[in-house]
Amino acid sequence: MASNLRSPLARVRGLGSAKDGTGHWWAQRLTALALIPLTLWFVAGVLGHVGADYAEVRAWIGHPVTAGLFLLLIGATFYHAALGVQVVIEDYVHNEWAKLASLLTVKAALLILGLAAALAVLSILFD
Amino acid sequence: MSAQDEAASDPKARRPLSPHLQVYRPQLTSALSIFHRITGIALAVGTLLLVWWLVAAAAGPEAYAAASGFIGSWLGLFLLLGWSAALFYHLANGIRHLVWDAGYGFELPTVYASGWAVVIVTGALTLLAWIVGLVAW
Repeated sequence: MASNLRSPLARVRGLGSAKDGTGHWWAQRLTALALIPLTLWFVAGVLGHVGADYAEVRAWIGHPVTAGLFLLLIGATFYHAALGVQVVIEDYVHNEWAKLASLLTVKAALLILGLAAALAVLSILFD
Repeated sequence: MSAQDEAASDPKARRPLSPHLQVYRPQLTSALSIFHRITGIALAVGTLLLVWWLVAAAAGPEAYAAASGFIGSWLGLFLLLGWSAALFYHLANGIRHLVWDAGYGFELPTVYASGWAVVIVTGALTLLAWIVGLVAW
C-alpha cells in the first residue's frame, strides 16, 4: 500500500474496498429523502380514497399528476428497498454462495415487483 | 494473503462480535436500531400488497374486487395495521437517521429524546391514519 499515493479518503470516494465508493450509501440517503414527501402523499391519497369504487380508484391513479407521483414513489421505494435489503443480507449471510444467491434473488424479485407496479400505473394512465 | 485476511476467511476463527448479544442489556437505542431493520424488511415484503392492488386495478373489476376484498378482510386489515405502523416507524426513525447523517443529534440525551419522539410519532400517526380511514370507511 506504500506504493499507492492516493489518500484513504480519495480511495473511498473512488472505487474503495467495496468497489463502489460511497455510491450505495449516498443513493440510500437520496431515496430516503425523496420517500419522505412521496410516502406522506401516498398515505394521504389512500386515506382520501377509502371506500372509493373501482372507477374512482382508476380515475385517481390514471390522473397524470397521480400517475407521475406513483412512478416516482415506485422507483424510489424499490430502489431504496433493494439497497436496504442488500445491506442486511451482507451483514448476516456469511457463506459467499448463499450471500450471492440471496442477493440476486431479492434484487430480481424487487426489480420484477417494481416493474409490475410501474406497468400497472402506466396501463391505467394510457387506458 | 495477509494475516488479517486469513483470520477473516477462516470460519474457525470465532472472534467476539460487538455488541455481544448474550451479555448485552437491551436499551431503547439498540431496540430502535434493530427495529429499523425489521420494519425495513417488513415493508419490503409489504410491497407485495401494494403491487397486487395496483396490478388488480389495471387488470379489471373482478381482480380489483378480489384485492380490495382481501384488504378489507380481517387478515387484510391486520396486515395493513402492522404495515402502516411499520411505515410510520421507518419514516420517523429514518428522518432521525438522516439528521445523524447530517452530523447532528449525537449527544446522549438528544439520542434518547429523539428515540422517544420516534415512538410517540409512530403511535400518533398510526392512530390518526386509522381514525381517518375508519371514519371514511
